Amino acid sequence: MAKTPVQFRLNGADKAVFVDGGENLLNALRRGVGDMSTKFGCGQGTCGVCTVLIDGEPQLACLTLAETCAGRGIETALGLADGPNLHPLQTAFMEHFAAQCGFCTSGMLMAAKALLDRNPSPTREDVAEAISGNICRCTGYEPIINAILDAASKRGGQASREQGHARV
Amino acid sequence: MLEFRKEYFKDERDDRLNEVGQPRQRQDMLGHVTGRTRYFDDHAFEGLLHLKVLRSPHPHARLRAIDVSAAERSPGVKRVIRAADVPVNKNTLLSLINFGKDDEPLLAVDKVRYKGEPIVAVVAESEAAAYEALTKIRVDYDPLPAVFDVEEAIKPGAPVVNETYPANTFEYHEKYNHQKLRFGDVERAFASADFVVEERYQMSPIEHAPTETNGSIAAPETNDRFVVHTCTQALFFSLGTAAKLLDVPSNRLHFIGGTVGGGFGGKVDSLTEPLSILGAMLTGRPVRYVLGREEEMQYGCPRGAERHYIKDGVMRDGRIVARKVTSYFDAGAYTRLSSYGAVKCIAHVPGPYTIPNVHADSYCVFTNRTPATAMRGFGITGVDFSLEVQMDKLAHKVGMDPMEFRILNAYRDGDMKAHRREAHNCALVECVQVAAEKAGWPIRDEYRRMNSLTGGGGERAAIPATATDEAGRIGAGRPASTTPTRVPAMPIPPPSREPQPAAAPPRVAPPPRSAPPPAPSPPPPAAPAPREQPKPAAPAPQHGATRFSSVFGTRRR
Repeated sequence: MAKTPVQFRLNGADKAVFVDGGENLLNALRRGVGDMSTKFGCGQGTCGVCTVLIDGEPQLACLTLAETCAGRGIETALGLADGPNLHPLQTAFMEHFAAQCGFCTSGMLMAAKALLDRNPSPTREDVAEAISGNICRCTGYEPIINAILDAASKRGGQASREQGHARV
Repeated sequence: MLEFRKEYFKDERDDRLNEVGQPRQRQDMLGHVTGRTRYFDDHAFEGLLHLKVLRSPHPHARLRAIDVSAAERSPGVKRVIRAADVPVNKNTLLSLINFGKDDEPLLAVDKVRYKGEPIVAVVAESEAAAYEALTKIRVDYDPLPAVFDVEEAIKPGAPVVNETYPANTFEYHEKYNHQKLRFGDVERAFASADFVVEERYQMSPIEHAPTETNGSIAAPETNDRFVVHTCTQALFFSLGTAAKLLDVPSNRLHFIGGTVGGGFGGKVDSLTEPLSILGAMLTGRPVRYVLGREEEMQYGCPRGAERHYIKDGVMRDGRIVARKVTSYFDAGAYTRLSSYGAVKCIAHVPGPYTIPNVHADSYCVFTNRTPATAMRGFGITGVDFSLEVQMDKLAHKVGMDPMEFRILNAYRDGDMKAHRREAHNCALVECVQVAAEKAGWPIRDEYRRMNSLTGGGGERAAIPATATDEAGRIGAGRPASTTPTRVPAMPIPPPSREPQPAAAPPRVAPPPRSAPPPAPSPPPPAAPAPREQPKPAAPAPQHGATRFSSVFGTRRR
C-alpha cells in the first residue's frame, strides 16, 4: 500500500511520518511517532481516551485521518509538563486522586486543558460539560472535576508554573 | 472524618499499623498524569504482527467443516492458527489449583457454545490484512438449540451446553451438583413463623467495560524465551494458564504486566496471552492480539447473571427465624471462575444476621452465554443486593424501621453462624447506627444503645439439631423432629447508658430472657436451644487474619 508523508508539529517539535491511506492520527502518533501517551479505547469516538488538541481544539485521534493533520499543531499529554515542572492540571490531578488506572487520564487532561485555555474560570457545570466525552471507569468523575476546578483557581488567570513542581 | 473504634476488630488488628487515615501518594500517579505510564500496548516492536480471531456468530452450533485455504493466501497473512495447532487445547482456569475439570478449548474443536467463541486465528502484517483474511474463512455451521436461562438449562431435556458437564451444572468434588448449607430446620420454623415472605431476585450479566480492552503482545527473546506484555490482572495465573495450553515450561515465558487500564475482574481469564504467544512461536515474530471494543463487549467475560429465591420466616417482633435461599449462577458456556462464585455465595448467606434456621443451595449452571468471570465481589454482590432488598421487605411486613430491623437481627459477638463458626469482631450494629446518624435517619434510643459486644452468645451460640435425610446426611429428606422450633434469643439492649469502649465488656454475655420490644403480638417464647455439640473454646487471640480456603475447606498459610 502506498504510504503518504505527513508533517506536523507535535508538542512544539516538527515531526514527519509515513501513513497508510485511511490511517488515523492515533495510529500515526503511537506507531509512527512513538508518542504512546494517547490511548486506544474504542476506535469509535465514544470513550475519549484518545483526545488530543489539534490547533488548540480537542479532537478524537481515532476518528481523525492522519493526512488531515498535515501542517497543524498537535498537543498530547507528553507535552503538558514544562521540563521537570508539571502543568497545574497535572499537579491538581495528583493531589485530588483524579486517576486510578490512568488509562483515561491523558485524554482527560487534554480535554481539561482545552477548557482552561479558552475559559480560565469555569463553573462546575462547564467542567462537567468539557469532559462529558471522556469516560472514566475507575475513579468516578468527582475527583477529576475537583482537580480541574482546583487547577483553574490556582492558575487564577496568571502564569504560575512554579506551583507545578513534581512532588513525588 | 475518620473515626477509629478500637474496641472492634482488636483480635485481628496489629496496633503497630499506622497507615490508615494517612494520605499517601500512589507510586504510579506521576506516570499517569505525564502520560508516561506504559501499558501492555505501549511497547514498540520491529516486525510486529497482528492477530485477529474468527468468532462464532451462533450461540450453539456444531462445526461441520472449516476452510481456511483462501485466508492463508490472503495478502499479508503469515499464519492461520487452527484448533489442531494448540498443543493442549483444553483447560479450565482453576485447574491450576486442582479445582474442576478441563472444559474449555482455546480454539473451538467440534462445536461452539456461545456467540463470540474463537474458532480460527489469523496472524498478518497489519490489522486490516488480518480482518480481510477473516472474511475469507468458510465455516459450515450446524446450528443447535441453545439455552440462555439457568432454570431452563437444568430442566430435563435441555440442550447440553458443555459435554464435560452433561447435566449443565458444575460438579463439586466430581459428585455434587450444588453447594449446600443446612442449619436447623427451616420448614418447621416457617410453619410457626408469623409471616413468611418469598421473593425472586435476579441480575443480568454486567460487562466490566475497562477503557483499555483486553490484549497482549508476545515476542521471541534471544534466549529461547518469549516476552509477554499483557493487561492481565493475574500475572502468574496467566503465565500458568499459557504454559499449560502451550505445553511449555513456565520458565520459557517472561510475563510483564501489572499495569492494567481498568480491570475490575475482567482481566483474569487469560483471554489473549496464549494465542499471542502461540502466534509468536509459529511465526518467530512479535505478535499483538488486542480486542476491539465490540469484541470486549461480546466476548470479554462479564459478571455472570444470577437468580436468587429467598424465603424468610419472621416473627411480629422482627426476629427472623428462618431463611431459605436457592441461588443460580450463570457460568455461561464454560466454568472459568463461576464455580468459585457459587462457593462464595454459600459462604455468604444468610447475610450478617443471626438466624437460627438456614437452608441454602447454590448452583453453578452452564448456558449458551458468554463465559462469566470475576467482577468486584462476584458471588456476593448480587446475593447482598437480594438479601438487603429482602430485609427491607421483611421490615415493611412487620412494620419496623428498616435500620432498627437490621440492628435487631445483626450478628452479636458470640453468636453461632449457620456455617458453625462463632461470630466475633462483629460491628454491623455500630455501622448501621453510624449510617443512620450520618443520614439523619432517626432510630429509637434503645436501638441506638445496642452494640455488638453484648446480647450475643448463650442460646444464640447453640448449634441446632439439623434436619437430615434417611442416610443421616443433610439431604432432601427430613426426620420428624421433636425439638421445638428455634427462635433467636432477643439481643438485650444494655442498661440505659452509653457503652464504655475503654472497659471491655464480656465477650460472650449469656443474656437473660427479657421482654421483646413492643410488637403487635408477642412471639412464642424461645425454647432452650438443643445443643448437639459443645461450644468450642474461644480461639486464642491472634494477629492477622487466618486464611481459609473455601475451595478446599482447609486452612492454609
